[in-house]
Amino acid sequence: MSHTMQFQLSRNSFGRLVLESAEHGRHEGVVPVRAFPVAAPDKGIALVSTDGHEVGWIDELSALNATTRALVEQELASREFMPELLQLVSVSSFATPSTWQVRTDRGPTELILKGEEDIRRIGREGLLVLDSHGVQFLIRDLAQLDRHSRRLLDRFL
Amino acid sequence: MIFEQAANSLIPPAFPDAWQADLLAQLAEAETVLAWAEQDLDLQLCFGKGMLVLTAQRLLTKRAGEAEWQSHLLRDGLRLQQHDHAGVASLELFDAAARIAQWRYTLNHGPAAQHLIERFALQLDSLRSGQPVPEPEHAHCPKCKAELDADAEECPVCTREIHQPPSTWTLLRLWRFAKPYQGQLLLGFLLMLGSTAATLVSPYLTMPLMDEVLIPYQNGASIELSTVGLYLGGMLMAALVSWGLGWAKTYILALVSERISADLRTTTYEHLLQLSLEYFGGKRTGDLMSRIGSESDRISVFLSLHALDFITDVLMLVMTTIILFSINPWLALATLLPLPLIAWLIHLVRDRLRTGFEKIDRVWGEVTSVLADTIPGIRVVKAFAQEQREAARFREANKHNLYINDKLNKVWSLFSPTVSLLTDIGLLVVWAFGIWLIAHHNVTVGTLTAFLAYIGRFYGRLDSMSRIVSVTQKSAAAAKRIFDILDHVSNVPEPTRPVQLKQVSGQIELRDIRFRYGNRAVIKGLGLTIRPGEMVGLVGHSGSGKSTLVNLICRFYDVSEGAILLDGTDIRSLPVADFRRHIGLVLQEPFLFFGTIAENIAYGKPDATREEIIAAARAAHAHEFILRLPLGYDSLVGERGQGLSGGERQRISIARALLIDPRILILDEATSSVDTETEKEIQKALDNLVKGRTTIAIAHRLSTLRQADRLVVMDRGEIVEVGPHDELMAREGAYWRLYQAQARNVDTDPDDAE
Repeated sequence: MSHTMQFQLSRNSFGRLVLESAEHGRHEGVVPVRAFPVAAPDKGIALVSTDGHEVGWIDELSALNATTRALVEQELASREFMPELLQLVSVSSFATPSTWQVRTDRGPTELILKGEEDIRRIGREGLLVLDSHGVQFLIRDLAQLDRHSRRLLDRFL
Repeated sequence: MIFEQAANSLIPPAFPDAWQADLLAQLAEAETVLAWAEQDLDLQLCFGKGMLVLTAQRLLTKRAGEAEWQSHLLRDGLRLQQHDHAGVASLELFDAAARIAQWRYTLNHGPAAQHLIERFALQLDSLRSGQPVPEPEHAHCPKCKAELDADAEECPVCTREIHQPPSTWTLLRLWRFAKPYQGQLLLGFLLMLGSTAATLVSPYLTMPLMDEVLIPYQNGASIELSTVGLYLGGMLMAALVSWGLGWAKTYILALVSERISADLRTTTYEHLLQLSLEYFGGKRTGDLMSRIGSESDRISVFLSLHALDFITDVLMLVMTTIILFSINPWLALATLLPLPLIAWLIHLVRDRLRTGFEKIDRVWGEVTSVLADTIPGIRVVKAFAQEQREAARFREANKHNLYINDKLNKVWSLFSPTVSLLTDIGLLVVWAFGIWLIAHHNVTVGTLTAFLAYIGRFYGRLDSMSRIVSVTQKSAAAAKRIFDILDHVSNVPEPTRPVQLKQVSGQIELRDIRFRYGNRAVIKGLGLTIRPGEMVGLVGHSGSGKSTLVNLICRFYDVSEGAILLDGTDIRSLPVADFRRHIGLVLQEPFLFFGTIAENIAYGKPDATREEIIAAARAAHAHEFILRLPLGYDSLVGERGQGLSGGERQRISIARALLIDPRILILDEATSSVDTETEKEIQKALDNLVKGRTTIAIAHRLSTLRQADRLVVMDRGEIVEVGPHDELMAREGAYWRLYQAQARNVDTDPDDAE
């Protein structure tokens, strides 16, 4: 059974998404939220109104028509910020707080790890590294990292 | 910052150097820079440097990845807006019709952007009205809103946030704890020198014993008993001396190392108690307990056993080398040459073992985590009949454990035989070279025997010496985990220049406070002033930030931005313990320590008299039920003691708060875990408590907040409504809706439970 509701999506001049549906009426500034951002990013996306209520649901991103899909993807891209850690270049120390020079899918940067407990396991292979300013860096698969990065990371686990 | 140009005076000195020259080229003559904010992301959220500058006339911006500066002239109708989500902030510029521009950055650039937004609004106001921008009386720090000295560049409150990693030579830092015992340490070292030297005497005596007694005997000479007695006596003496000195050395050094680790433990625990609630929130209790307990013990064992043995071995090596070279340099060279090679080989094998053992540790963690998951949740497991699955999960983890162990055991079982093989080969070299020397040069059989005695003893120690590497690493890790606690600067640090408040009237001012938990903004720009003696009720759905606000006022956490002031003084500039003394806290789940009721009531004021305790209990309506207990005020409560009902425990905790007579009272859901009847009892006790104090109450049942002077309705970290009950009811706003919702279903309101 599909829960995909019928709705129209557009973008107004303020850059906000506007949703219109028979069921929920017109909502300005809706935001798409992935239900499983790590496990199944393209399945199950809720459209949430400014006051926090769900006003639309997308079962599968690929089922949408091209324009709506583009709008949703743009909005997701501008909201989601979970840089994927591709490589640890160097770490300032093996004791925390430690400053890491890293390469991510969004370019090179540095992050400050406040404590070892800010590295969390996600599933079997994944890790989430929380930096001191609240940015989450994702490591999808520990085994995919190069040897040098793994060796550095190992000291913190 | 060393530009000496006239126009440069219009760029504030704190402006980042990297952008100075670039900006200077953009500025018109006499254009003043008012504020700036750096960005570290571009619009596609990739890392890159960008800059936004506010001058008196316009916004100048150079985005990450763009070559050109852009400019937006200030005009009426423009507005700047900042919001953040998942650690990324977005700043947008709008006019009446559309969004004109957007900037993205991570939250460490948030305060600067906030400051820019404020200056921007002031500048627009002045454009509209034609009045110049009012100069702020004092400069405020953009991050914490603390007043700055006119010439101070950095805020003293904010700059303490340093992310300095501690040094890697962690073990050397133990010296701080060893220093008080340096006298004993020196004595121990001297004893060690003596005992090691004594052990080296007997192999030396084998040389004359062989050359002067045994070999001549073989060649037909008779044995002279006096010579034999002399040598054997010497050996016995050496053994006895080495025994005595070794005993004294081990005893003294063990005493010292035990004391060092005890000091380490106490210091760590004392430090731990000073840390903020935030620290405890992020740690597991078991982990903290093991750090203070077993890790400090591991360091003690390292110091008294492994480090000691290692130093003894090194001393022995040095002394042996000297002796061997003094007897025969050539044979000494042949004896010692294979040594480094063998040591290196042993180390190589050990290294492989070490990584293997670490892996086993980790796998073992997996096994225990299955247990830790399942046993506390056993009711759920049984209720859903998932015993099979849990058993399978455990079997799987165990199988993995076996596999890793099997793999390591292949190397491990090879290890000891390999070490003996290597030492045997080493001895073989000495034998071969020794025989050759005896045959061709003037080396005696006795010399060779002595060499073999020395070196045999020595090769045996190589294995344990090689162990020092991994043991040191392990204790360094233990030391690091302890120093992690010691180095953790409390998030609620003691002020460097504490301000003493003599009389506290109890006025609390929240000045534009923000608080972030991880990357979630929990309190967003909240401002409120509570008058002395006023009772304020906090109302709102769960997750609206009520409890966080209370924790901030108690200074269990410090605000991320903004400031909380008590009688006009920032609470961060008051000594923490002094400040808390003014606060009485009654929680939803009262915690009673193991001890008597009297001790529990007097927890915040251990020197309270019996009269004071009884007076407090009376006022808390606890006196009568305490008297009904068989041992009265001396009844034991807590862990193993007398079972008390929720309401009774709550009244004891109210008495506890009453006894310290605080100016500020905080009731965090004080009545929500008890039934309505008990609630009335507690309410009576609370009425006594509230009288004349500044009170902040969180309550789940709105009816209990009727006597509050003002109600503050919160939603998602912001204040939505403030006012007395009647006024808010008349307004028919958020409070009215909450009240109506509760009136409909009096006792069951799942939405409101916190």
